Amino acid sequence: MQAEKNERMTGARIVIETLIEQGVTDVFGYPGGQVLNIYDELYLARDRINHVLTAHEQGASHAADGYSRVTGKVGVVIATSGPGATNLVTGIATAMLDSIPMVAITGNVPTGLIGRDSFQEVNITGITMPITKHNYFVSDVRELADTIREAFTIAKSGRPGPVLIDIPKDVQTAVTEFVPGGVSPFYEEAVVSEDDIERAAELINASERPYIYVGGGAAGHGMGEAIAKLAEKTDAYIGCTLMGLSALPDSCGRFLGMQGMHGHYASSMANGEADLIIALGVRFSDRATGNTAKYAKGAKIIQIDADQAEINKNVRVDVGLIGNIVDAFEKISQRCRAASHPEWRRTVEEFRAEERRTADAAEAASGDALTPRKIFDIINEMKDGDTVIATDVGQHQMWAAQYVSFERTRRFVSSGGLGTMGYGLGAAIGAAVASGDRTVLITGDGSFGMNCNELATAVSYNIPVVIVVMNNGVLGMVRQWQTLFYGKRYSNTVLGRKTDFVKLAEAFGAEGRRAETADEFRAAFAEGMAHGGPFLIDTYIDKDEFVLPMLPPGGSVDEMITSKEGLI
Amino acid sequence: MRAVIAVYVENKYGVLARVAGLFMRRGFNIDSLTVGETDDPAYSRMTIVINGDENVREQVMHQLMKLHNVKKVKLLEEGRAVERELLLVKVKNTPENRAEIMAAAEIYRAKIIDYTTASMCVEVTGEPSKIRAFIDVMRPLGIVEICRTGVVSLGRGTSIMDRSDI
Repeated sequence: MQAEKNERMTGARIVIETLIEQGVTDVFGYPGGQVLNIYDELYLARDRINHVLTAHEQGASHAADGYSRVTGKVGVVIATSGPGATNLVTGIATAMLDSIPMVAITGNVPTGLIGRDSFQEVNITGITMPITKHNYFVSDVRELADTIREAFTIAKSGRPGPVLIDIPKDVQTAVTEFVPGGVSPFYEEAVVSEDDIERAAELINASERPYIYVGGGAAGHGMGEAIAKLAEKTDAYIGCTLMGLSALPDSCGRFLGMQGMHGHYASSMANGEADLIIALGVRFSDRATGNTAKYAKGAKIIQIDADQAEINKNVRVDVGLIGNIVDAFEKISQRCRAASHPEWRRTVEEFRAEERRTADAAEAASGDALTPRKIFDIINEMKDGDTVIATDVGQHQMWAAQYVSFERTRRFVSSGGLGTMGYGLGAAIGAAVASGDRTVLITGDGSFGMNCNELATAVSYNIPVVIVVMNNGVLGMVRQWQTLFYGKRYSNTVLGRKTDFVKLAEAFGAEGRRAETADEFRAAFAEGMAHGGPFLIDTYIDKDEFVLPMLPPGGSVDEMITSKEGLI
Repeated sequence: MRAVIAVYVENKYGVLARVAGLFMRRGFNIDSLTVGETDDPAYSRMTIVINGDENVREQVMHQLMKLHNVKKVKLLEEGRAVERELLLVKVKNTPENRAEIMAAAEIYRAKIIDYTTASMCVEVTGEPSKIRAFIDVMRPLGIVEICRTGVVSLGRGTSIMDRSDI
């Protein structure tokens, strides 16, 4: 229900009416002095738009991000001026690096006080300039509605990303005529040239060892089936980036999983051995390529992306196609001939067998100890295809990326580009609000310690989130690097904290269980999955577990570490 | 390798900061940047001179196009564009160097636009190489103060960048 006729109203009300007009049903945020008017309008419109109050603005920004990752809609976050606005910065940067559409609305001091170092004044447009697609300082209430509309268009068009709108308080109180509008359109996309489509298809038809490489730019578009089909037709294998996870169902026989620094052995090896890489919405990040001089040396590369600047940014490609990725992929697929590459299949299946042998040997050596793999086996067994898996950042994140099996897209919520520790709980809350369904948060004792305050939010709104704290008492990923590259000098990574996460959960009003064995974890996870609200499981793993395989930073697949034998 | 890039931007709050910030963030070096309003006050035109290989040039142009307020970006290729820069230079005015300054000004088609018993201010317009040459001539005569505008440039003939199709 939105405003239907022209009406004079305040800027604050225009903000709410325009959000509703854009189809926004949920916003996340935290009130304060310079957004009081917007919050007053939120109160009056509370039956038309839902506001989720978080414990901290950072949590709100991650919640808006998690909400967007699950739905594909633009996530919206509101914060006050000064510290409220700066607390959004990490969340906005997280969304920027992962191309997540978001609109952040901040209040600011009245225009007459701008630039005078007034109470709670910061230049948030200046601060967020490099971490937004675009931002606005609105100085005239008459421009407010169209500014918000344009912000939505920018956030969701092409390569999505965050947009910030800073609204001084006097613009919120000023009155003007509001002219109702519709949902903002997308900007027109570039049309992929027929020549490029032809060249891409020719390269695929000439390839003996094709590898389809799926990233975040393709993941949300429901292309899984089309990709699997082309792989079958052309005898190609499929790998993905961290951001590409959940685009392909793990049941797809062609899917090798994530490649890169901590990717699956078979996927990284196939990536390295391929003679053609068909890159869909990837940006060849350093974590995915290692040393770009050695990356995929023998391969031709076709890159399809929404962002022209991604072509040739990190890796030179042979054909770069800019435009609608679904469309371009479809057109190329139509021109591809069916092919059979038995030698390529043998090679890759041998990589797979090698990967299984290594993993099974490591698991056998662990005996009854509760290993990450056992934890994820239980999670996979008990979750269903709709369950959203959110993570924080660190070893647990990489294990989740390696072990969780997905059935449908937009079910993996993780900070890939920025690697934001403390991202998970806020994002999981946003994801649960979006899906209305249970979310599982995989976190570590380090990451969880950063923003566990959002347990308060999860309890207040009775968010069904199962929080699995993979507790090893250390900052495991940093420790792993210290073990491998810093002579085991464990500088500030042994936490030695006395935090009792079960009691902590209980103190917030959530349920908590401790799990030291696989059986205990299974029982606790089953209980958590049946529970209506937030449920924390504190589970213990060895502090010297490694995420393997590992390509050393700046290395290549030839230098892959696959076993920790002799390293610890 | 030197490249001259013309950028058509909306004349809005913070545009210069956005463009400059992009160069800083991506680690591109700016040799020179000029900006001025176009015939339509809603738009400004920037001329940016950078140094970098073909990859850098391509990245700069593509990254610039991603800025919302940037409407057009064009590479002004050497030989297919005219370039000018304006120099104001204040030189010591002494009985010994006065004649040489005036002679040089004549040859470089420069103008003396201020004259005191202590100094002369000379205005020179031309391509950057001419500006550099003039500075070299003035240096031994005693440069007091110097100010350059940076390069402005237009494509020759039919090579046009205006506000059509924005």
